Amino acid sequence: MAVSEHTADVSHAMITTPVATADWLVVSPIIITILGGVICLMMRKQTKIQPRIAIATLGLLMLSNFGLLARVMDKGVITMVMGQWLPPYGIAFTVDATGAMLALIASIVAFATALYGVGDSDAASRRYGFYPFLMLLMTGVSGTFLTGDIFNLYVWFEVLLISSFGLLILGSDKAQLDGAVKYGILNLIATTLFLIATGYLYGLVGTLNMADIPRSVAALPNHAPITTVAMLYLLAFAMKAAAFPVNFWLPASYHTPRIAVAGVFAGLLTKVGIYALMRTMVMLLPVHHALLAHVLAVVAVATMISGALGAMAQSDLRRALGYLVISSIGSMLAGIAVSTALSLTGTILYAIHSIIVMTGLYFVTGMAGRMSGTFALRELGGLYGKSPLLALAFIILAMSFSGLPPTSGFWAKVLLVDASLKSDWPWLAGSILVAGFLTTIALARIGLYAFWRGGPEGTPDGTAFAYAENADMTAPDVTAAYTGMWLALGLLVGLSLFIGLAPDGLVAIAKTGAAGLVDPSGYIGSVFGGTGGHP
Amino acid sequence: MALFGVDYTVIAVLAPFAAALAAPTMVRVFKHNAAWVLAIVPALVFLHFFRYVGAVSHGETFTEGFAWVPAYGVNFTFFLDGLAVLFALIVSGIGTLIILYAGGYMKGHAQQGRFLSFLFLFMGSMLGVVTGSNLITMFIFWELTSITSFLLIGFDHLRTASRRAAMQALVVTGGGGLALLAGFLMIISVTGKREMADVIASGDVLRESALYTPILIMVLLGAFTKSAQFPFHFWLPNAMEAPTPVSAYLHSATMVKAGVYLLMRLNPVLGDTSAWMTVLPLFGGVTLLVGTLLAVRQSDLKMMLAYTTVASLGLLVMLTGAGSEVAIEGAVLYLFAHALFKGALFMVAGLVDHETGTRDLGRLGGLRKAMPITFLCAVLAALSMGGLPPFIGFIAKEVLYEGTWNLAGRSELLTAVAVTGNALMLAAAFAVAFKPFLGKPTKTPKPAHEGPVLMWIGPLTLALCGLAAAVGVGWSGPSLLGPMAGAVAGVPVEGDYHLIPAHIGAPLYLSLVTVAAGLFVFWQIDAVRRGMAGVLKAIGWGPDRGFDQFISLVVRFAGAFTAIVQPGKMQIYMNTVFVVVAAALLVPMIYYGEGPSMPTMPDFRFYEWLVLALVVIGIIAVLAARTRLIAIVSLGIQGFAVAVLYMLFGAPDLSFTQFMVETLSVVILALVMTRLNLTAKDNRPFSETISHMIIAIAGGIGFGALLMAVTQVPFDSRLSDFFAANSRVVAHGRNIVNVIIVDFRGLDTLGEISVVMVTGLAILALIRIRSRGSKVPGNPPTGGPLKPVSEPHPEVAS
Repeated sequence: MAVSEHTADVSHAMITTPVATADWLVVSPIIITILGGVICLMMRKQTKIQPRIAIATLGLLMLSNFGLLARVMDKGVITMVMGQWLPPYGIAFTVDATGAMLALIASIVAFATALYGVGDSDAASRRYGFYPFLMLLMTGVSGTFLTGDIFNLYVWFEVLLISSFGLLILGSDKAQLDGAVKYGILNLIATTLFLIATGYLYGLVGTLNMADIPRSVAALPNHAPITTVAMLYLLAFAMKAAAFPVNFWLPASYHTPRIAVAGVFAGLLTKVGIYALMRTMVMLLPVHHALLAHVLAVVAVATMISGALGAMAQSDLRRALGYLVISSIGSMLAGIAVSTALSLTGTILYAIHSIIVMTGLYFVTGMAGRMSGTFALRELGGLYGKSPLLALAFIILAMSFSGLPPTSGFWAKVLLVDASLKSDWPWLAGSILVAGFLTTIALARIGLYAFWRGGPEGTPDGTAFAYAENADMTAPDVTAAYTGMWLALGLLVGLSLFIGLAPDGLVAIAKTGAAGLVDPSGYIGSVFGGTGGHP
Repeated sequence: MALFGVDYTVIAVLAPFAAALAAPTMVRVFKHNAAWVLAIVPALVFLHFFRYVGAVSHGETFTEGFAWVPAYGVNFTFFLDGLAVLFALIVSGIGTLIILYAGGYMKGHAQQGRFLSFLFLFMGSMLGVVTGSNLITMFIFWELTSITSFLLIGFDHLRTASRRAAMQALVVTGGGGLALLAGFLMIISVTGKREMADVIASGDVLRESALYTPILIMVLLGAFTKSAQFPFHFWLPNAMEAPTPVSAYLHSATMVKAGVYLLMRLNPVLGDTSAWMTVLPLFGGVTLLVGTLLAVRQSDLKMMLAYTTVASLGLLVMLTGAGSEVAIEGAVLYLFAHALFKGALFMVAGLVDHETGTRDLGRLGGLRKAMPITFLCAVLAALSMGGLPPFIGFIAKEVLYEGTWNLAGRSELLTAVAVTGNALMLAAAFAVAFKPFLGKPTKTPKPAHEGPVLMWIGPLTLALCGLAAAVGVGWSGPSLLGPMAGAVAGVPVEGDYHLIPAHIGAPLYLSLVTVAAGLFVFWQIDAVRRGMAGVLKAIGWGPDRGFDQFISLVVRFAGAFTAIVQPGKMQIYMNTVFVVVAAALLVPMIYYGEGPSMPTMPDFRFYEWLVLALVVIGIIAVLAARTRLIAIVSLGIQGFAVAVLYMLFGAPDLSFTQFMVETLSVVILALVMTRLNLTAKDNRPFSETISHMIIAIAGGIGFGALLMAVTQVPFDSRLSDFFAANSRVVAHGRNIVNVIIVDFRGLDTLGEISVVMVTGLAILALIRIRSRGSKVPGNPPTGGPLKPVSEPHPEVAS
């Protein structure tokens, strides 16, 4: 009896056609990372095997995301609804070019981090969750980029927040705990604001599905307080993205954990905020975004300039990098403020570029610190002589970060400046250029001191400091550790150069993604069928 | 002309990059003789561009390349006309000789391979600048010349002076590059064209655009910084810290002319306006005078040459903007002549330095016997630089005087400036070419002897070219120089020049004056030097020192600014965040009129009033509490009251959860508070209490008002209706909340479960990994300046 009732009744509530096998790629990042994380957790004590599992898992994640991107570029936006409940009632995962591309780049960076972590994580940190945290972080990050439901987005934010907190406290020294507390509390506030805003939004439109929200928002009565809700979203995500003046948590914490952790944080966490801003402000609330565009633009300028100044003021490499993360966020915000197809293409490209390059810069710094035993700019020096290869990696990444050709950063910057000028925001364009100028100085200073100078401060002019050959450099397990680091670094540097020299494919993807944000009809059609009408 | 579908010009521009990759290996195998092999690459590039001379002199132009980033309309294209071809010939021709010269100069240097590699990288970039067609592509090469210049200036990286000079050049030219990018993007935007041929054919579009002034400013910033125009000139003399092949190639013959190239290139579309004809002669003229005056003040061979380069660049800019065709012809001739003689003289200076160990004029003398070939090169080049016949420098000077003399309006001033500059340049040229070689031999750090063939073949070739171009001006004029001048002026130019002046006129008299004055200064050069030194001492400040002041000002400002915005105190962070939260709620609500309308008095039952009163009492108790413990418990009252409200409105599950959460929170908080041994009382100063109160009330009003406004919009209950309708029938669950949690929105629950798991793991890590000092592998032990731990605010920069 039950069976016949089933088959007869459910079509008004559920999708009855099975999901195409290839569309399982939509949700496989969640499955892969959770499983990988759980397996690593079960093998807690097998600290030698954990890295292999993690590398295999994240490698698989990369492949899966690559397949997903290929499918999205081929078929357009793909939707898969969890539990087959008809949207907007069930949780939909809706993947467009923006989400798929960011998920792919994130998985590449996570893969590189797993490689780097082989040498950078000790047995204790592995036993207490380095790899499980890393993989659950990727669950959160992937879920963020792929979900099409705004409350579900909040859940993934929580997952990635708590995983990142776990990574941050591994080691438990006093500075780390101080950083972790500031990071944890301030991010919790941001996430809570996001939750509150979502509560208000649900109260207004009665739906959580991101394809449903734009239509419902358009139908709201005039007195509905939607601009205020938009502002609340803007604040919550700006905080996550580390925008000035609510970015205290980043400089307070990013210099404390091990480099593998700081690197993956710098690459991914803030970009999640940028992604959420694009999704909510541009796609869900376009009209209200236009009202708040000037706020965003001012915040963007303040963020990029304050970040560049902060980087210049630091004498510890890791702290300087933290501020550089902030500065790059400013440029991405500029693209969101302008909010044309071109500027969003620039922001997406910039986010991809910045994910690669920021993580790479942390890795270079980590290796420089290992080779010299310090991160203090005063005590660094002579690395050009010690490791020309590391110097090469640094200069390529530094050029890329400063937006110099022939690297990924150049294209990202050109698109953003071009878009700002075209939309008549000359001061925004000027700020992007000035911020690039200041970061060039900051990075050149680091290069001059850490690499070109003969040795630490006080080394006589014209002579190279004679480093005592680091005893542990030649030990076999240390060599193995460096192998993973070099591979990770090589992957990221190579990617930045490749994008710089052959940017067409990525620009085309970013363009598709941006077009989908400005005009979400493809997104809506993918969830509700071609018409995009109310169910 | 193409190979496997790739145009030869593309291959020619990319060939030096390939050579750059090969150079280190070649040097490892062939030692310094690798230069002979490597020089074949630029020589072939030279031949490639030479094949275009005929066609280009007949007015043909070529655009070659392929679509590179079609998604953004960028092509990898190259444009060849008279201007581009002559520049490409200079870059590849002198490049060939420089590679040979560097083979000798850096012989035995451990990093010779790397050095040649950098030189090739520069060469390819420079070729890209002068032949680039697509504006974005050209700009990429422009930036690459700045970067390779940075690497080459700082090549001797262990010395502070080299590093400083490299940084300075990067900051100045890099900053200009950013301006240029903005300029180019605006040009693309205004004209709608991206290819050079289309841009320079766009006629008056740019001149009539409202953006003309910003475009002009941006382009000029790019050109002036690159071509070392006053007041951006200071980086160029400092760049003499680079090994001499670099000074000869980048900082006299080619890279510094990129700015002039750019002005010449855009002259047809940006020129011929009053702004153009005012700014260029003004900056150019000042640069010419400042450069020559500073040149005669120097006693170091390279520095002297460097300042004359600054001066020459000024002269070129002045002539380009003078506003007459003949002046442009003068500029073109002078540019060509300058590349030949200045390249040669720098190589001579390098030879002298290399073979004697010094380049201080005061310590050099009588080298003509020991270094006869070098002396010959020096004299040939210096005569051209001095503008004497039968050298190309002479013809250039005649034409440029003709140009300035016949200008409408400002001829006297510009001619006077040109004559003064040229006279001083003659003096400097003679000082460089004759002082070290004539007179009595002096004792030098190294015993002087003639340099190796690798090193004199370059200057000799260039010096002889300066002679040949003049003697064969019947060919070089119409084939090379005329077409280039035509491309700059935008109209065909004959290129009909003569070594022997066709008629005796003003230019010849001006030449005589120049030579006489120059010789006089040369005779009195020591006195002039002393005089200039006195003047400079009196002034005291210069842009070079200003640069240091600027950088230190920026760094100090950055430090002060960062200390303010990131003070390290959690309390300040929290205050700021909540101020922003309150503002984010209240400002848009008021500004856009989204506040709630005045609610009607609610029709509550008496027990509802009672619960409400409980909430209020709870809050008042929190505020009035004397000790923290009482405050925590009072907070619980308020929470319980809310739970009761849930129950009253028919959500027993939610109410139950709320009770649990409240109870647990109070218990845990109370436990933690007692264990922490905090002072029981609130000891904030009164002012702080007030400010916290204002922030709290503002935030509370914001959230409350927004909630009221939201509830005043009719609620769309699609989701609840659907869940209610289907949870039993389709999902087979009687409790809707449960079905939502495990089925309708099961994925959320999966995520939340993961959160709980990870939290547990994090707590485990916190408890188990006890701090035993810094145990983060790879992170250096905390100690020294790296030890922020003991500081009160660990994140504040040390």
